[in-house]
Amino acid sequence: MSEQGFTQHTGIAAPLDQANVDTDQIIPKQFLTGVTRAGYGKHLFHDWRYLDLEEKEPNPAFALNKPEHKGASILLARENFGCGSSREHAPWALADFGFKTVIATSFADIFYGNCINNQLVPVALSSEQMDALFAAVKANPATQITVDLPAQTVSAGDESFTFDIAEHHKTNLIKGLDAIGQTLELTNKIETFESNQPTWL
Amino acid sequence: MAKTLYDKVWQAHIIDQIGEDSLIYIDRHLIHEVTSPQAFAGLNEKGRKVRRPDRTVGTMDHSISTRSLAIDACGPANALQLQTLAKNCEEHGIQLFPVGHQKQGIVHVMGPELGLIQPGMTVVCGDSHTATHGAFGALAFGIGTSQVEHVLATQTLKQSRAKSMLINVNGKLPVGITAKDIILAIIGKIGHAGATGHVIEYAGEAIRDLSMEERMTVCNMSIEAGAKAGLVAPDEKTFAYLEGREYAPKGQDWEDAVAYWKTLYTEEGATFDTVVELEAADIAPQVTWGTNPGQVIGVNTPVPAPEDFSDPIEKESAVKALEYMGLKPGEKLADVAVNHVFIGSCTNGRIEDMRAAAQIAKRGKVADSVTAIVVPGSGNVKRQAEAEGLDKIFIDAGFEWRLPGCSMCLGMNDDKLVAGDRCASTSNRNFEGRQGRGARTHLVSPAMAAAAAITGRFADVRDYQE
Repeated sequence: MSEQGFTQHTGIAAPLDQANVDTDQIIPKQFLTGVTRAGYGKHLFHDWRYLDLEEKEPNPAFALNKPEHKGASILLARENFGCGSSREHAPWALADFGFKTVIATSFADIFYGNCINNQLVPVALSSEQMDALFAAVKANPATQITVDLPAQTVSAGDESFTFDIAEHHKTNLIKGLDAIGQTLELTNKIETFESNQPTWL
Repeated sequence: MAKTLYDKVWQAHIIDQIGEDSLIYIDRHLIHEVTSPQAFAGLNEKGRKVRRPDRTVGTMDHSISTRSLAIDACGPANALQLQTLAKNCEEHGIQLFPVGHQKQGIVHVMGPELGLIQPGMTVVCGDSHTATHGAFGALAFGIGTSQVEHVLATQTLKQSRAKSMLINVNGKLPVGITAKDIILAIIGKIGHAGATGHVIEYAGEAIRDLSMEERMTVCNMSIEAGAKAGLVAPDEKTFAYLEGREYAPKGQDWEDAVAYWKTLYTEEGATFDTVVELEAADIAPQVTWGTNPGQVIGVNTPVPAPEDFSDPIEKESAVKALEYMGLKPGEKLADVAVNHVFIGSCTNGRIEDMRAAAQIAKRGKVADSVTAIVVPGSGNVKRQAEAEGLDKIFIDAGFEWRLPGCSMCLGMNDDKLVAGDRCASTSNRNFEGRQGRGARTHLVSPAMAAAAAITGRFADVRDYQE
């Protein structure tokens, strides 16, 4: 949907060191009643981030609230990040909070696709490589991490890792293409397909 | 080369090849109030039209009250979302089943009920439990709102082919064991992310023996194993279920459709990327003990200890889950008290689920310490249950009999729990806070939920068999 492209991003990271972070944690259901794409960042990780329901008391133990991670634009996570529902409110909330990229060991499928469609770059690294990034941020929270999408690399200090991403996902993220506009150019082919469908459909 | 069912449905829908992706045609698009407003807003901003309003059907389910038919019963934000759906459907000529309509219901209950889902179709919805419809041999999967917009505008999606997984459930299902127990046992075996990147085909004697509604329960929770979709090959049960339903083909179309549907099976010799085998005889009534659906045990198995897991991630997850759930290793589920019971959802809100729960409910009364609600999955389920007198059985036993909707599965309305509540729930997710912040969810079958309501603890439903 976004038409701005992503090439490279450098920033500090917030470490969320646990597996199976689900979409109910990323953005709980009581915040899904909106009719726009905006304004979900303040509710990101609500249950963990706030001690109260009114979001007035930040939980000081939660990574995003620690002063050393203030201004983080990169989220570090573990296995199966974004599992659960298809709610696109999850990447909307992460992006609205200020994250440009999520680096994790693995992602749930629907969430991964939703990230691609929202210019939030999902980067999957091995668990050893994630260990190294978590360790680097622990040793020095001000560690600058760079995600270079054309080069498919993540670098932090002296370390540099390469990551895999499907070519079409990479192209869409870099060029920020209007996916619907692209498909509408194929309308003739869609019409031909439809004309060959069985009558009962 | 021999083809799988997935190969056949996939290949029949490819419009064009775009690099590694295929542009595939979407036969049926189901929409609801939560994940569609931003998609329509996107269309309207660009002045785009809905390509096939005739292939699109809307219902209201997530944000609605189960106590009142008033659109604003759950506050102004929910009301605005529901009104926005109504406005969008009207402006774009889409059939909508609003609150109070006989055919309204949870999208994954009312869709099949109306015959909207047929074998060999591609089906999408902005909801991860769209996998439910794979029970018909339809390729059905959940999508995000950007994709909802893409389907509205083009009736297509760009997709890459998933890997394939065959899950055989061999032999006869023991008495008292349900479809819910099968799928929970599968997720327990392969793990919460065990099928990520795969489309599952469920097969074997125990699956073939299931009714269509039971197959829907199995396919529904494919996403809880991380799968993109779950499929069951269509058979005579599928055709019998569909025949005569409102949106099913009629006359010569019916004959032609059935002839085609009969070609939708995995051919002898076709290969899968992954094969999993389960013996039906080994499956006990399942209860989740943790905070993801893979953290599940038989009702008579003690709660595990973190040390029982060799994988360090599972071990750490178990530590966190036990703490959140307030359980101790070795504890017996029969000693764990529940104070809430929820029977309903797209997993277990169908008429057969209502019957199974009522069979147990009529044996006793809801324990004083328990609040139990029964939420039918659709207006049609509600009417049928009432025609059979099931509502009376529930009410006489002390259950609340509600209006159809998603309800306490996710608590987008006022059906939610508070910190410390412990719920036996027939829904599909036991994530932290899913039914309310700090509340504890145990996933079970409808019969197990009803038994928990009566005993106030987890009970082995096999003890209630006649």
